[in-house]
Amino acid sequence: MVQRISREEVAHVARLAQLALNEDELDAFTSQLAAILDHAADLEALNVDDVEPSTHPFPLKNVLRVDEPGEGFEVEEVLEVAPEVEESQFRVPPILGES
Amino acid sequence: MKATEIAEKVLSGEVSARSVVEHHIETINKIESDVNAFNLVTAEQALMDADEIDSKIASGETLGPLAGVPISIKDNLCTRGVETTCGSKILEGWKPPYNATVIEKLKEAGAVVMGKTNLDEFAMGSSTENSAFGPTRNPHNLELVPGGSSGGSAAAVAAGFSPLALGSDTGGSIRQPAALCGVVGVKPTYGRVSRYGLVAFASSLDQVGPFANTVSDAALTLEVISGHDPRDSTSIPEKPLDISEVLDQGVDGMRIGVIEELSGKGLEGISPDVSSRVEEAIKVFSNAGAIVESASVPASIYGLSAYYVIAPAEASSNLARYDGIRFGPRTEAATTAETMTATRTKGFGDEVKRRIMLGTYALSAGYYDAYYGKSQRVRTLIMNDFAKAYEKFDILISPTAPTTAFPLGDKTADPMQMYLQDVCTIPSNLAGHPAMSVPFGFGEDGMPVGIQILAPAMAEREMFQAAKVLESESGEGIE
Repeated sequence: MVQRISREEVAHVARLAQLALNEDELDAFTSQLAAILDHAADLEALNVDDVEPSTHPFPLKNVLRVDEPGEGFEVEEVLEVAPEVEESQFRVPPILGES
Repeated sequence: MKATEIAEKVLSGEVSARSVVEHHIETINKIESDVNAFNLVTAEQALMDADEIDSKIASGETLGPLAGVPISIKDNLCTRGVETTCGSKILEGWKPPYNATVIEKLKEAGAVVMGKTNLDEFAMGSSTENSAFGPTRNPHNLELVPGGSSGGSAAAVAAGFSPLALGSDTGGSIRQPAALCGVVGVKPTYGRVSRYGLVAFASSLDQVGPFANTVSDAALTLEVISGHDPRDSTSIPEKPLDISEVLDQGVDGMRIGVIEELSGKGLEGISPDVSSRVEEAIKVFSNAGAIVESASVPASIYGLSAYYVIAPAEASSNLARYDGIRFGPRTEAATTAETMTATRTKGFGDEVKRRIMLGTYALSAGYYDAYYGKSQRVRTLIMNDFAKAYEKFDILISPTAPTTAFPLGDKTADPMQMYLQDVCTIPSNLAGHPAMSVPFGFGEDGMPVGIQILAPAMAEREMFQAAKVLESESGEGIE
């Protein structure tokens, strides 16, 4: 039987999700994801074309509030849990590959 | 001791909050090394909080309904200045700069936080084996799992580490471990309890709820944590619940439906231990004056499939924020993009990676309609079928989980087998309805069995009335 998801597709979604997989992981995840998608195949037989999709348990409206300044977080407190900081900003490695 | 009794005695000055907390710390010191319910025990802070409560009582200050009651908190709820890991290496050492709304409410009510409980990484799992900090074990039998993902919270209550705990329930993560550990676990109506400060897994399904040894303790805790929160835009604009006033009203004349697709012969893989307890529960309700009949929620059988598309899809988006840039540990690489990939690859465990990839796939061009779009339509079907069932019934019942607790390692190699643990609990999350698990005796294997009580949106009071009847007739001393 053809698997519902190919090794190449798993490698592709891993790249999209910024996850690096080695060859063994790629094999294992491919067969596990295929098994899960196999189970989801029971939905295929259902005709739900006339059914509206639900994104949420309840109909939601935009929730607005009065635009009043409230208490925010202290900059120091937020930066304290950051991996790397310079001059009150998050420090990151080069973005475009140059160094 | 029950939470309600502790609060009463602390408030009347009969016992000190300090002695209550000390007693629970002793229990933790004795058996926590076997159970591993906690990622962090905050004993010193708990004693300081207890002293503060005692001095307030001495000076005649008014205190809340949970004065001096120890509570354990699932480690995906933000606690200011106290490590919050979600059972993941990617948040190891992270100390949130704020408290979740539920933590603020508990503190206001006088509850004392004992520590942060273990969970499947980011609440993804049904056995608490997926934690980066090792598995939690079932206090009833250390060779068996406590269920999950809130297994640490369920085990903490079952082991007597605290009479109360908080968990989160996205597909059964409060109810299933409650059933496997023999305690009460409640998933409220979606939006009943604020999600502000709950680390997001699947935002349209996540809900915070209590664990307790008794139905009335669970009711009291839910009363304290419920109510509108302007910081959560999905929070229902309602006052906090009042359950206590109806708790003893019984089920005389109540119409109770037994979901045929999720009970007895209708449910593949249900253990005889579990189905015989469901039969017994039906007798209890009938004897108490309820009208018990078979109910059908046909689309509920598609719940598992729809859930394992919708929840990973939402998770893949929610977990994109863990990139090692603004918080948490970073695995440094040559560029920012490579740093993000290295951080995520090292920081996430296999189950989290599996679900992120599954969700990314289900949302990707070419597959969106076949998987995500279809699952959202099935979600509507399930809601419609529940609505039809509730035209005939006030509440519904089913087993909470298809089996009692299983051995560690039993299902870790086969994710699909693990997912089947949630087959009875998932439909309520998809519909946004309240549901709870009530311990109802034991199977022949000596392990606890839980009965699930489901109710329409906002009908927590009726659900608790029925739970109280089941508890009082369970014939097992649940103290």
